[in-house]
Amino acid sequence: MSGDLVKVRDLAVRFVSRDRTVHAVRGVDFDLAAGEVLCILGESGSGKSVTLRALMRLNPAARTLMEGTVQVAGRDVVAASEREMEEIRGSLVSMVFQEPMTALDPVFTIGQQIGETVMRHEGLSKAEARKRALELLDLVQIPSAERRLAAYPHELSGGLRQRAMIAIALSCRPKLLLADEPTTALDATVQIQILLLLRRLQQELGMGVIFVTHDLGVAGEIADRIAVMYAGRFVEEGSVREVMRKARHPYTQGLLGATVHEGMRGKRLVTIAGAPPNLETPPGGMPPDICAFAPRCERADAACEQGVPALDGAFGTHRARCIHQIAEAVTC
Amino acid sequence: MLITILRRILYALPIALAVSLFCFALVHIAPGDPINAILPPDAPADVVDAVRKTYGLDKPLPVQFGIWLWKVLQGDLGKSLATGRDIWPDLSGALQNTLTLALAAAMIGFPIGIVLGSLAGAFRGTWIDRACVGTAVAGVSVPHYWLGMVMVVIFSVTLNWLPSMGASQDGSGGWSLDWEHLQHLVLPAITLSVIPMGIVTRTLRGIIGEILGQDFITTLRGKGLRRPGVVVHVIKNAAPQALSVMGLQLGYLMGGSILVETVFAWPGTGLLLNNAIFQRDIPVLQSTILVLAMFFVALNLAVDMAQSLIDPRMRRA
Repeated sequence: MSGDLVKVRDLAVRFVSRDRTVHAVRGVDFDLAAGEVLCILGESGSGKSVTLRALMRLNPAARTLMEGTVQVAGRDVVAASEREMEEIRGSLVSMVFQEPMTALDPVFTIGQQIGETVMRHEGLSKAEARKRALELLDLVQIPSAERRLAAYPHELSGGLRQRAMIAIALSCRPKLLLADEPTTALDATVQIQILLLLRRLQQELGMGVIFVTHDLGVAGEIADRIAVMYAGRFVEEGSVREVMRKARHPYTQGLLGATVHEGMRGKRLVTIAGAPPNLETPPGGMPPDICAFAPRCERADAACEQGVPALDGAFGTHRARCIHQIAEAVTC
Repeated sequence: MLITILRRILYALPIALAVSLFCFALVHIAPGDPINAILPPDAPADVVDAVRKTYGLDKPLPVQFGIWLWKVLQGDLGKSLATGRDIWPDLSGALQNTLTLALAAAMIGFPIGIVLGSLAGAFRGTWIDRACVGTAVAGVSVPHYWLGMVMVVIFSVTLNWLPSMGASQDGSGGWSLDWEHLQHLVLPAITLSVIPMGIVTRTLRGIIGEILGQDFITTLRGKGLRRPGVVVHVIKNAAPQALSVMGLQLGYLMGGSILVETVFAWPGTGLLLNNAIFQRDIPVLQSTILVLAMFFVALNLAVDMAQSLIDPRMRRA
């Protein structure tokens, strides 16, 4: 596993305010090679979006404590000055957000919002920026691009808005594209179009992509590798095939069991009992760190409460954070 | 865009008509027969009838309204009962003075309010926020006629720096941009600016705070925009709401400066209204309220148009 594009070690992110501290990310390690697609899968509050934003240092600066190592194309994101981050954002790394309606400025045209990025990073003139914006709208397959340049976000459909958002993200040809649930707010038919578009662009431009989602189907569609996140940590990591076919962590298995997919006709969907833990510091300090999934896990025993299991396994790149890993292949 | 402007104007017309109807009705709502205000109570019946006829008070009310409106549209507001003079020349002089005072107060209060409000919104929850909000609350809470009197005591009586009465040395109403007129303007303008300053501060704080919390700000930061680049977006997003508050405040300054004008004997519409009320000079009252209300309607129309110029979402509907 080479980490030539992204290298993350022991990443911890805490949100601190006067009366509470939330431990959103509690030790994440991963690497990403150039041109590779990693999907981070997890439910709301698992820390997946926070991890993604940490790669660009986009979490609210005043309340965020970030520890560990984050390197993107050799640049140290944790130690960089704000000025350096401003150079990196939008040019080396860029992000596509979940809700294109609110993520675009309502009182600026699509053309202006694409143009200002290239003018900012590449010093293009207004006319050149306009030309680039047109090319980009063609690239993301927005029909009658000329007219759409002058359109405001509210004048476009959800799918077109998300395409425009992607055009902004790609405007300076980033090496790394971060996508924060880019299809969640869209209709099912539009979702698949956006996924296919992202997949095609990723291959054409050779970008590394980190894709955050809670949708297993989406993950299977686009990813090379999947990381499953739970309570601020990766609990399982492997290729799409490994994770989807031979899930080793009970949580991943639970997720797969609770999702509709082929060959399940007539079978009952099984939900995971209980709820994810609260990641706030309780009054009286943090309790001893144990396997976060143990309280909901059928396999849990006393051994699970002896500290956090290592993310490991006897299966090479397919690793799970569980001492009772499921050895037998599960066919879903 | 042209259609939007036309539509806004069309919306404003019925409002203007309703306002003028109300002003016309003032004469008839006021207790007693309007004729009693003109003639002494013991006037003989034939004189009453004759006067009724000359003033057109014998015609049905809708006809009277029509005639009155037609005259008003031609700039004929009638005569004052107290002085017997035409109302318009006096009123236009007073309007100029009030407009001068209101604009001066706006030029002091709005920029300070914008700066304080933006700072408070950008640094929410910090001591900067608390200081700005504290200033705003003080500004809104202090009774401005009292503040006016305190300023007179300090700057006119004790320090003898600035005059306390009128708009000029000789008491004439005219305005020109020289030190003599400016020094008369200072105290009343500052006094009048305090409330709009507070209100603009509080509103701007809310607007800026809300905009900074929106997703697209994260997008802008994610694109690598520096602070000035982000500020441009914040300003354009805040402008429509900020304009509407300031437009409303300017309207209040025009109509609501009665107390301050009285304290400083400022020869504006406030003073005119005040005198008209005490002298039961209903035509003057009627005309002044009408003109001020029309100004309010026009101001709102202007704000509306400016808003739809800035925010594309307002151009529809």
